[in-house]
Amino acid sequence: MSPADSNARPLRILVCIKQVPKAQELQVDPVTQTLKRVGVPSEINPPDANALEIALTLKDRHAAEVVVLSMGPTSFDESLERAVAMGADRAVLLTDRILGGSDTVPTAYALSETIQKIGGYDLILTGEETTDASTGHVGPGIAGHLDLPQITYVSEVRIVDGTVRARRTAEDGTEWWQTAMPSLCTVNFGCNKPRSPTLTGKIRVKRGGVIAHWSCADVGIDPKKVGLLNSPTIVAKVDTIRLPPRAGHIFSGEPKETVRALLEALIRDRVIAP
Amino acid sequence: MERFDAIVVGAGPAGSAAALTLARKGFSTLLVERGRSPGVKGMFGGRIYSWALHDLLPDWAKDCPVERYVVHENMAFLAEDTALTISFDSPKLGEGRSASFTALRAKFDSWLAKKAQEAGAVLVTGIRVDGLWQEDGRIRGVLVAPNDRVAADVVVIAEGATSVLTRSAGLKADLEPREVSVGVKETIELPAEAIQERFGLGDKEGAAFVFAGQASLGLRGGGFLYTNQSTISLGLVVSSEDLAREKVEIQEVQTRFRMHPAVQRWIRGGKVTEYSAHLVPELGAGMMPRLWGDGVLVAGDAAGFLINNGYTFRGVDLAIASGIAAGEAVEAARAAGGPRAANLQVYEKFLRSRNVLPDLERFRRAPLYMKNERLFDVYPRMLLEIAERLYTVDGSGKERLADIVLREAGAAEVPKWKLLLDLLQGARSM
Repeated sequence: MSPADSNARPLRILVCIKQVPKAQELQVDPVTQTLKRVGVPSEINPPDANALEIALTLKDRHAAEVVVLSMGPTSFDESLERAVAMGADRAVLLTDRILGGSDTVPTAYALSETIQKIGGYDLILTGEETTDASTGHVGPGIAGHLDLPQITYVSEVRIVDGTVRARRTAEDGTEWWQTAMPSLCTVNFGCNKPRSPTLTGKIRVKRGGVIAHWSCADVGIDPKKVGLLNSPTIVAKVDTIRLPPRAGHIFSGEPKETVRALLEALIRDRVIAP
Repeated sequence: MERFDAIVVGAGPAGSAAALTLARKGFSTLLVERGRSPGVKGMFGGRIYSWALHDLLPDWAKDCPVERYVVHENMAFLAEDTALTISFDSPKLGEGRSASFTALRAKFDSWLAKKAQEAGAVLVTGIRVDGLWQEDGRIRGVLVAPNDRVAADVVVIAEGATSVLTRSAGLKADLEPREVSVGVKETIELPAEAIQERFGLGDKEGAAFVFAGQASLGLRGGGFLYTNQSTISLGLVVSSEDLAREKVEIQEVQTRFRMHPAVQRWIRGGKVTEYSAHLVPELGAGMMPRLWGDGVLVAGDAAGFLINNGYTFRGVDLAIASGIAAGEAVEAARAAGGPRAANLQVYEKFLRSRNVLPDLERFRRAPLYMKNERLFDVYPRMLLEIAERLYTVDGSGKERLADIVLREAGAAEVPKWKLLLDLLQGARSM
């Protein structure tokens, strides 16, 4: 019998989220060529918020338990608290200095170890990628470590007769896939509208005890497999796109004349076709 | 489901004072605020009379985010381009229970809400309470969404002037235009040294102005100016009925007010960095809702606790005092067997002992008197004509004061008996 049909315990859905700098506020440090993360407002990585919304919809339907998981500094509590305020049952933050500088390889390893420590999962959801790195590696990486079936780029997930059915976005349309549980899905950015935090959820956060902080030692993560030194990715160079300077012409006078002069100038400079 | 002994809706001065009082008395208390943090949705002229804060937090002055203590009071009558200002200076104005100070709501409200949290209240921000959860004719808690409700024995509504919940609880009828004015305020940035230089102020000293006459283009209402540490709060409160009748936009009135030479001299070179507008309850004791019901109390602006008698604008002090009274009433009701309407009725007694109702009743006439249009148009102009003649020496012969006054009174086309009556009414209502 599949876990979904079992009355012994509710379905357990894990959602992996990352806290990222708010998309509108993204700034690149001109010296280090890396993203500025200090002093910039943060948010839940938007595709992860879509994954969370799918999990919460399944919770509404199947009385599932939703556990949110992240890896990062304790400032990530802000996003984990938001996830709980939105309706997740609890959250786990894997936080340890030795994880600093990890790329997607150690991250997928560390998260999969943490997921095994949480245990009892039926479905793992992640965003398709993060807005600050856009690799899309971590979800499939976790599935690989845990040897789980995975459906990538999904926009809808149903649980039917103890199996997962997901609508996958392909280049030329959509596909419906079905797999046994436990399994993993990566979720499309923008496929739904993540709900707002509730009063009840915010009170739960205020009452405390909803976020657990685990170190690598707590989980049993091999220190030789994480951190900057154990990350094969090397960022050789990052360029910022510089916009060409504006011409700064100001057209003034009678509206009709002004518009005509503007159109002529745009045609002359080949911005628009005659 | 989450539950509390008491839920306070709105973390403004009334709500935080109520939550602080309740938490101190051992009630598990939830304080819910719509804004992202307390005060960001708040709006007021800019001055707080401190007496009620004294009662709530005797050592408030230690860390309260005071901008400046008001020691210079001014009342200015404006005509087209002239002004007659009456000033009162006293260092005593800034001392003890009678001290008043200027403040910024984002800082002040956050500070007061933090005091409530320190006393044990649970503060939740960024949530708009959409309704009261009512069952069998009594309040059971609050509703945010159909599946997002929180239970409580009693709800204190401190939601501010728009009073949506108060109306939905059936404690108050819908607002009529004549019951509300529109308040607008601009925050104007100036260096602290410039403010101190211009107004002749010390480090922590502040000035307050009320403006009458052309400040509101002759519409019923008036203007205000308060000095903060490095900003000036400049604004108007104008009858919404008059704005509608004259088809004038409040921004236009505010712009004309700001451009008046007697205002410009104070704010010249400053940069307008904020603009806000809000409803102001205008009828004082005349528009008070029922202040209690089964499991519910109303405090602050939502209850219409505001006094505008022409020379003082009071709201925050009454809000804090009513918040304290609400906390006391809930405690007394518990001792009497629970927060039923009959037991919560003691709220009125506490509003009296805390001097909210007596002051409101004393000035009950003021709002009606303030509705006299001659007060905003004819009389200020008359005063300024008199002043202009008094101070103009151009060699064409000088009249005596009494002659000027009598002639101007005649020229204003107000029968003398009416003038006398207005004077008498004014004196009684102030």
